[in-house]
Amino acid sequence: MLITSHRRWYGLGLAELWACRELLGFLVWRDVKVRYKQTLLGVGWVVLQPLVATVVFSLLLGRVAKLPSAGFSYPVFVLAGLLPWQLFSSGITRGGPSLVTAASVITRVYFPRLLIPVAAVLSGVVDLLVAAIVLGCVMAWYHVVPGPQIWALPLALGYAIFAAAAVATWLSALNVYYRDVQQALPFLAQVLLFVSPVAYSADVVPVGTFRLVYTLNPVTGVVQFFRWCILGIDPGWPMVLRSAAVCAVLFVSGVALFHWVEDTFADVM
Amino acid sequence: MSEPSIRVRELGKRYRIGAQVNTYRTLRDAIPGGLSRLVRGFAGRADRDARRASRFIWAIRDVGFDLEAGKTLGIIGRNGSGKSTLLKLLSRITRPTEGWAEVRGRVGSLLEVGTGFHVELTGRENIYLAGAILGMTRAEISRRFDEIVAFSEVGRFLDTQVKHYSSGMYVRLGFAVAAHLETEILIVDEVLAVGDAGFQRKCLGKMKDAAETGRTVLFVSHNMAFVRQLCARALVLHEGRLVHEGNAGECIDVYLNLNRGGGARIIDHGRQLDPSVVLNAIRVNRGDSDVVHLAGPDAALVIEAEGTLGRPAKVAIEVRLTDIEGIPLAIASPGHYDSGPALLGAGPFRVRVEVRLPRMTKGEYMLSLAITDAGRAKYWEFPAALRLSTEGAPTVTGGVMEYRQGAGAFVLDSKGTPSQ
Repeated sequence: MLITSHRRWYGLGLAELWACRELLGFLVWRDVKVRYKQTLLGVGWVVLQPLVATVVFSLLLGRVAKLPSAGFSYPVFVLAGLLPWQLFSSGITRGGPSLVTAASVITRVYFPRLLIPVAAVLSGVVDLLVAAIVLGCVMAWYHVVPGPQIWALPLALGYAIFAAAAVATWLSALNVYYRDVQQALPFLAQVLLFVSPVAYSADVVPVGTFRLVYTLNPVTGVVQFFRWCILGIDPGWPMVLRSAAVCAVLFVSGVALFHWVEDTFADVM
Repeated sequence: MSEPSIRVRELGKRYRIGAQVNTYRTLRDAIPGGLSRLVRGFAGRADRDARRASRFIWAIRDVGFDLEAGKTLGIIGRNGSGKSTLLKLLSRITRPTEGWAEVRGRVGSLLEVGTGFHVELTGRENIYLAGAILGMTRAEISRRFDEIVAFSEVGRFLDTQVKHYSSGMYVRLGFAVAAHLETEILIVDEVLAVGDAGFQRKCLGKMKDAAETGRTVLFVSHNMAFVRQLCARALVLHEGRLVHEGNAGECIDVYLNLNRGGGARIIDHGRQLDPSVVLNAIRVNRGDSDVVHLAGPDAALVIEAEGTLGRPAKVAIEVRLTDIEGIPLAIASPGHYDSGPALLGAGPFRVRVEVRLPRMTKGEYMLSLAITDAGRAKYWEFPAALRLSTEGAPTVTGGVMEYRQGAGAFVLDSKGTPSQ
C-alpha cells in the first residue's frame, strides 16, 4: 500500500468500505446501544416520538386546518409519512456532527471515515423498525389493510437510507471544516419538514414551477414512495423520480467529496 | 535480505500554523512564528514569501528509511521532534505533504491506549468495539477474547461499564485489546509509559513476543532501556529531521548527546494533564534550564513552580531520579509518607520543594518532575526533562567513584570496626 502526498481525484473508495462492513456493524450497534443508556424510557422514546407527533399533527392539521389526507384517516396518513421522515432527520442530525464527535478516534487510528456518518444513519433503522410496529397497530385500529405494493417496503427503506446517507455525507464532511453546519442542523431539519409532504399531501402543492422546485427536495420522493408502499396512495412517479435523481447526484458527489478530503480530517481536528 | 516491509522516501508533513492545535508542541512552535510575523508587520517590511512560509511548520521533512519485515525499529527523539507525526503518516491517519511511504501488510496502530472505547459500554462490549476499530475481525476478537481478558486482569469487572473503571483498569484493558492485534505491522507510540511497573514489564514482554513472532514493529519511547531491550535498530529524529540511523545503542548515544547540549527550558518538556492547573514557570536550583550540574558531594535540589489554579487543589512536586537510560533510581513524592501539603484556593500559587540527595557518585542522570495533588493525580508531567550531572566527591586517594564504572548512583555511609 502506497502512502503519498497525492490527493485521490477519482474513485469513491466503496470497495474499502465493503471490506469494513463488520466494523460498520459494530459502530451501528454502539450508537444504538449508547443512545438509550441512562434514559428512563429507553426504547419507549422510539414509540413516543412518532406517537406524539402524530397526535399533534392530527389535532392541528387534520382537525383544525382540515388538510386532505388522500382518503385515509389523518393519523394513519401522517404516521406513514413520519416514519421515513424520522429516519431521514435523525440520520442528518446525528450524521452531521458525527465526524467531529469521533475526533479522538479519527486522530488515532485509520479506517474509512465514511463509516462514521453512514453508521449514524443506519442506527436510525432500529428506531424505524420499532416505530413500524406502532404504525401497524394504528393501521389495525383504523382497519387499514396494505395492498400488494407493501412488498416494495424493503426497497423503500433502502431508498430512505440512501437519501439520508447522501445528505449526511455532505454535511459531516463540511462540518469538519465549518462547524456552522452543526449550528444550522436543527434549523435545517425543521425547514425540511415543512417543505416535505409529511404532514400534508403533496397534492396540495400547486402544479407548475413551484412544484418542480418543491420536488427537488430529496426527502419528497422518499416520503411519497413510502406512503405508496404502505397505503397505496399514488406517489406521482415523475415527482419521485426527480427527487430520487437529486438524491443520486447528492450521494455520488458527497461520497466523492468525502473521499477527496477524508485524509485531511485529522489535521483540522 | 528479505523484502522491506516499510519503505519511506523523502517523507514530509507540513502543518498550517493555527489549523492544528491538538498537539501542544506545534501550538507552542506556532507562537514564535506568530510573534515574528507581528513584528515584521509593524516594521512595515511585509515580505510576502517569508510571511507565507512562517504560516507553516514542517513537523517532519526528508525522512527516509527501510524496515525489513519481522524487524523492530525504535524511533527516538525529544518531544516535538516529529516522532508522532511519522507514526501518523505511516498509519494513514494523515496524508504526507511530500514524499511517499510504501507499507506491505496490514497496519495496526497503537497511538493511545483506549482508542475506540466508549465509556458507557461495559468492558466486554468495549473489547469488541475497540478491537473492531483497531482493525480486528469479529472472529479474531472472539478467538482471542479470553487471552485479552486474562492479560488485562479486569475479569471480574467485565460486565461493568468502563466509566466505573479505575484509570489503571482502563489502561490495562486498552492495552490488552491493542496488544492482541494480529496485523503484520504494529505501530506503537509511547504507550508502555502507562500503568504500574509490573504492567509495563508485561507490556514490554508482549511487544517482545510480537517482534519474535515475525511481526514488524515500529516503536516510539522515551525510555531508552525499553528501546535497547526491544529494538536492534533505531533512528533518531531531531526537529523533524532524521539525524541518525543505526543500531539501537549508537542511536541512544546520539540522542543523549542531542540532549546534552540542553538549551531548552524545563517547561518546554512539560505535558499538561489537567487543564485547570496553569503553569507559568518551573525552576530547579534557581535556573529554568534543563541541565543541572551538582558540584559538591552533598547536594540538594530546590524545585520551584508558579502558576494559577482554576479550582482549589493540593499542589506538590514529585521528583524521580533515573540513570541516563531511564532506569529508576529514586523517588521523592510528597503526600505518600507524610500528610502532604495544605489545600490551596483557586488563583495564583507558588510551590517550593527541597529534595536532599544522598551522596552521589560522578555521573550523568536524568530527572523527571511532576506537579501532583500529593496523591496519584498529576497536573503536569516532565518526563526525563532534566539532565543532571554530578561531580561526585574525591576519594581519599584523590580518585572519584563513577556510575559508569559500576559504583552505582549513591555512596552509602559505612563504618568498620575491625578487631583481632
